[in-house]
Amino acid sequence: MPEKRIVLKNCEVIDPESITTYLDRDGFKALEKAVKNLTGEQVIEEIKASGLRGRGGAGFPCGLKWELAGKAQGDEKYVICNADEGEVGTFKDRYILENDPFTLIEGIAIAAYAIGAKQGYIYLRAEYHYLLDLLMNAIGQVRERGFLQHVDIDIREGAGAYICGEESALMDSIEGKRGEVRYRPPFPPSRGLWEKPTIINNVETLMNITQIILNGAHWFNQIGTERSKGTKVFSVSGDVKKPGVYELVLGSRLKELVEELALAEKIKMVQVGGATGRIIPYEMIDTPLAFEDILGSGAVIVFDESRDVIDIVYRTMQFLAEECCGKCAPGREGTEVMVEILERFSRGEGMERDIVTLEQLSQAMMLSSLCGLGQAAPIPVIDSLQYFRSAYENQIRKNQGVMT
Amino acid sequence: MITQSLRERKMDKIQEGTSFQGKDHENLLALLKRGQSKFGCVPDEFIAEAAQSLNITISKVYGVATFYSFLSTKPLGRNVIRICKSLPCYLKNSQMIIKSVEDNIGIKPGETTPDGKFSFELTNCIGVCDKAPAMMINGNVHVNLTPRKISQILKTYK
Repeated sequence: MPEKRIVLKNCEVIDPESITTYLDRDGFKALEKAVKNLTGEQVIEEIKASGLRGRGGAGFPCGLKWELAGKAQGDEKYVICNADEGEVGTFKDRYILENDPFTLIEGIAIAAYAIGAKQGYIYLRAEYHYLLDLLMNAIGQVRERGFLQHVDIDIREGAGAYICGEESALMDSIEGKRGEVRYRPPFPPSRGLWEKPTIINNVETLMNITQIILNGAHWFNQIGTERSKGTKVFSVSGDVKKPGVYELVLGSRLKELVEELALAEKIKMVQVGGATGRIIPYEMIDTPLAFEDILGSGAVIVFDESRDVIDIVYRTMQFLAEECCGKCAPGREGTEVMVEILERFSRGEGMERDIVTLEQLSQAMMLSSLCGLGQAAPIPVIDSLQYFRSAYENQIRKNQGVMT
Repeated sequence: MITQSLRERKMDKIQEGTSFQGKDHENLLALLKRGQSKFGCVPDEFIAEAAQSLNITISKVYGVATFYSFLSTKPLGRNVIRICKSLPCYLKNSQMIIKSVEDNIGIKPGETTPDGKFSFELTNCIGVCDKAPAMMINGNVHVNLTPRKISQILKTYK
């Protein structure tokens, strides 16, 4: 399937510092259409019918999230745009923010209108502080033109914490607390920020809203696969000749992205979805990029034949152990134990029983962790054990002949 | 050690902090970030004062101050170098960049130069993987690094 620009339609076309260039490209026509011709419920129905699913990694149906928040009781509601792009190998949201802040702001404004929120926040990761002025300027221009009559939009900056990309930790961070994951239920659409109904959408998700409202749910629904509608923006890095951001129709093959577009050669494996993403061996390079198969946040890190699988998994687990919030034992202790074991394997001192421990621990963490980090942390271990088991076994044999 | 003038400035900041509107906890992270940018760290005394003025426990304030990687309870140098150690940069030889910074300023990750000019840290993915290897110095991002570029970049920080 081909490249197609829906989300990135205006990137490198408009001037991100000038609203007039955006207005020339149908800017704020979607908001105008929503506010003048549609009720909030009708906007939500359109988004539901489009089949749009969240682009941050989890793939939750966007319209359903909005519907729950729209129906929730209370006047005080919030829309949060998750711009805490911390997933390893993901930089698409940075590219979007620096090239087209206006479509995002319009998307937030439509979301706020739909659910009846009077306040929107963009939660910007601390590492992207250099984008603050550009975003503030864009919001200021939109406000000046009178497009934010029904909602105000502010920016809240993070302070360096991967876990704050997880929606409940993100809300705690906006509330000024440690970014620790909350117990659920209640879910944010019923009790979110300051205990009020809240929707939290990834930057890329919100970038789709204007196009859906302007062109209709049916148009969007025709693009992609049965359960994955629209396009996805991928961040490709690692052993490729052309790293960068690519937008493809959902259902496109991994091969097309990494070999044909990013020009990778002699691929050993590809990590799709970041630190907690799937590891895909080269034999499976034809796998479609869709919610049904593999997707995640759209981080695509390519490893060529020279790379050591154990080293990659070990470093991935070190990252997860560091960034785990520490609230639940499976996340906190599970990642630490995995780091210890993987470190032994990387030194060639793995033991056979370590593999059993890794497998048992993986099951426990997936079942009992409080959030997606702990639940998905074992994925690189499980996948590498499935596809590259000999890499682990070779690191046992070097163990001076000792088999326990 | 916190000097007298630092203590005074800190008290000013606290008073400024308590004057802004909103919910108490929201003030806390904002307050700690302002302390960090003003003093280069959030020292114990600052934490105690913040707890008192916001009427929350010291442990809560300490918990927030030590949770986020851009806040530090230890004094940091005037410029903070953060080299990305995540996989996309690692694949583009971030080890070489780390070594180059070490050679240039004579300290290892986790340390601060004796003259207080640089602190050196390793950080997780900073979202410029298409231009790896990369690092941040203060709020600035430097990309497509080479050892030669490192020396030039470091010279621009006073």
